[in-house]
Amino acid sequence: MTRLRLAALLCATALPMAASADSILVQSTTSTANSGLYTYLLPIFTEATGIEVNVVAVGTGQAIRNARNCDGDVLLVHAKPAEEQFVADGRGTSRTDLMYNDFVIVGPADDPAGVAGLEDVQPALEKIAGAGALFASRGDDSGTHKKEVSLWAGTSVDPSTGSGDWYRETGSGMGATLNAGIGMGAYVMTDRATWISFKNKQDYQIVVQGDADLFNQYGVIPVSPEVCPSVNADAAQAFAEWLTSAAGQEAIGAYMVDGQQLFFPNAPE
Amino acid sequence: MLDMGEAFGVAVALVLSGDGDLMEIVALSLRVSLTATIAACAIGLPVGALVATSRFRGRGAVLVVMNALMGLPPVVVGLIVYLHLSRAGPLGFLGLLYTPAAMIIAQTILIAPITAALSRQVIEDMHAEYADHFRSLCLSTRQTVQALLWDARYALLTVALAGFGRAVAEVGAVMIVGGNIDHLTRVMTTAIALETSKGDLPLALGLGIVLMILALGVNALVHSLRLTAVRQAYA
Amino acid sequence: MREAIIHGPEALIEGATPASNLLPLRVEGLTLDLGGRRVLDGLNMELGPTGCTVILGPNGAGKSQLLRALHGLLQPAAGVVDWNGVTPAQAMSRQALVFQKPVLLRRSVAANIDFVLRSRGLPRARRDDLLDHVGLAHKARQPARLLSGGEAQRLALARALATDPDVLFLDEPTASLDPASVNRIEHIIRRATLRGARVILVTHDIGQARRMADDIVFLHGGRVTEHAPATRFFPHPETLAARAHVTGGLVL
Repeated sequence: MTRLRLAALLCATALPMAASADSILVQSTTSTANSGLYTYLLPIFTEATGIEVNVVAVGTGQAIRNARNCDGDVLLVHAKPAEEQFVADGRGTSRTDLMYNDFVIVGPADDPAGVAGLEDVQPALEKIAGAGALFASRGDDSGTHKKEVSLWAGTSVDPSTGSGDWYRETGSGMGATLNAGIGMGAYVMTDRATWISFKNKQDYQIVVQGDADLFNQYGVIPVSPEVCPSVNADAAQAFAEWLTSAAGQEAIGAYMVDGQQLFFPNAPE
Repeated sequence: MLDMGEAFGVAVALVLSGDGDLMEIVALSLRVSLTATIAACAIGLPVGALVATSRFRGRGAVLVVMNALMGLPPVVVGLIVYLHLSRAGPLGFLGLLYTPAAMIIAQTILIAPITAALSRQVIEDMHAEYADHFRSLCLSTRQTVQALLWDARYALLTVALAGFGRAVAEVGAVMIVGGNIDHLTRVMTTAIALETSKGDLPLALGLGIVLMILALGVNALVHSLRLTAVRQAYA
Repeated sequence: MREAIIHGPEALIEGATPASNLLPLRVEGLTLDLGGRRVLDGLNMELGPTGCTVILGPNGAGKSQLLRALHGLLQPAAGVVDWNGVTPAQAMSRQALVFQKPVLLRRSVAANIDFVLRSRGLPRARRDDLLDHVGLAHKARQPARLLSGGEAQRLALARALATDPDVLFLDEPTASLDPASVNRIEHIIRRATLRGARVILVTHDIGQARRMADDIVFLHGGRVTEHAPATRFFPHPETLAARAHVTGGLVL
């Protein structure tokens, strides 16, 4: 019986740790979290507004699904068509462009497919497939994965025919896919922010970059209080407005890792 | 590449630095997993004792199911708990998702079958010894179960330890229902997963070593308790 | 079989009240199978209201099983065990059984007594008297499982006596104990008899049977082959098997 009382006591101490009144939960893509942007950015916002921000960092696909379940106040991801669909379905109040960076393809130093220096991404992908070199894909319905799939669609190659052979779908986050890809010597498409802050690069380097198709746009969407009455709508709106305000945009642009800017603010004036 | 020596160095430096974030993560890990262990014991031990002491139709099937549930995949448990605690789920109104309470619930579900199945074995062995005496005393089922649980308390510590070990080491369930939120639901295993995904393998491994030291400490504590109990012929 | 109902001389001298309305005990056609083997085979027996009955018999005669069947721990395949109109299951709570190898809880000596008292809703104050009675008061705080063989059996006796049972079953309570321990335990049993408990004792120790028994039940081949007052059984065992057993011979 003592045991039960103890359990009740411990549970009681655990429960109040639910998010406090003036706090919001952001369902976010991983790149913004893993690159350290939030660690830098959120204290500035909290300082300015007194609103605590908690972040669940998952793939864009899962972040959107979680937000559809009302398990979050703000959505911050990078898959524009899916985000627009989210708003069109009435799940979000409005979508605003927030910032961008770009995707790059990284590969081993010996570059088995000979794609280093190419500026057009589709020919590079075709070359990788043609050479039978390994390519590690997220395969997890994330923003990066959606982007990659759309790039393959513009080539003559259907990578799914090579699935399990040269086309390796990890079904994991960006970091895990980079770890796996580097471990097996595969090419990997990643967002630049994650790559710059990634610490297990070994002999890998960027082999393809600069194509306009590799543009990576992030958007921010407050979750609709009409569909999800549980959301902290005011704070969510305040967060989205601050991010897209001059102050927020300036802060995003000022974030550097190893002397490189990771995200480029581009919210509409 | 990294070597274990580097990871050990990171681990030692982490512990010695008394880093506030690390201490917070360690404390939450302990709190979540210990609470889950206690809750799982509160559920699992009486169930195990009850099954151990009763004979009924379909008992064999119950044993098979109990043993099979010991292998519940954490991710599946996490997913089921997520679906229930999600705002869109039946228990969403509680607002527990992404809180330590959700993590405790998930780990409790994960390890309750372990405490039930293992305690069933422990209690059944002890009951074989006590059964005639207890029947002679005309004890009720409740009295029998209570007495067995009390007399097996030191052996059951090991059962609790097995549950705690599983809880503190799992990442799949707490990741889904806790969300690995910094300063709120980040525990040792989700922190290790995060650092791995950032490619900071020495830090990830260092955290892993800290987790192992933690588990070692809890085990050593329980072991010394049991030794005392054995000396007193209580175990 | 009227002459088989024996009144213990000591009990009569001390004027102890007859044990209870659980006696006399009537057993008819008791048949018991264990693990596919017939252990008791149509056993008949009657026991009177007071005294100490000792069950003797060669190994495998079914003595311990008879004790358990009388107590209700074993279900017979056939036959009747009649505690003066009450079934063994109904009589069980007014009886106590001390096992050859005492089953002590993994607790202190005192807690072993407390457990029984609490399970019956009896006042805990009785505990110290009981421990005193069996000479274990000084070991009250010690772990029960660290007691010597003799002490353990005395604790088991104290625990059995805690509920003031009307019937006390003893299954070889002094097997493999030293003479001093045997002596103390027999003394405790005798006092229980004097206080009115009906004692039914299984033993291999002929000397103990001579010292303790008011009457002897001799078991052979799953039946009672002889039931007589101790004063008549020992000088004149009627059956060959009993004679051989008493004189230490081999029974085939």
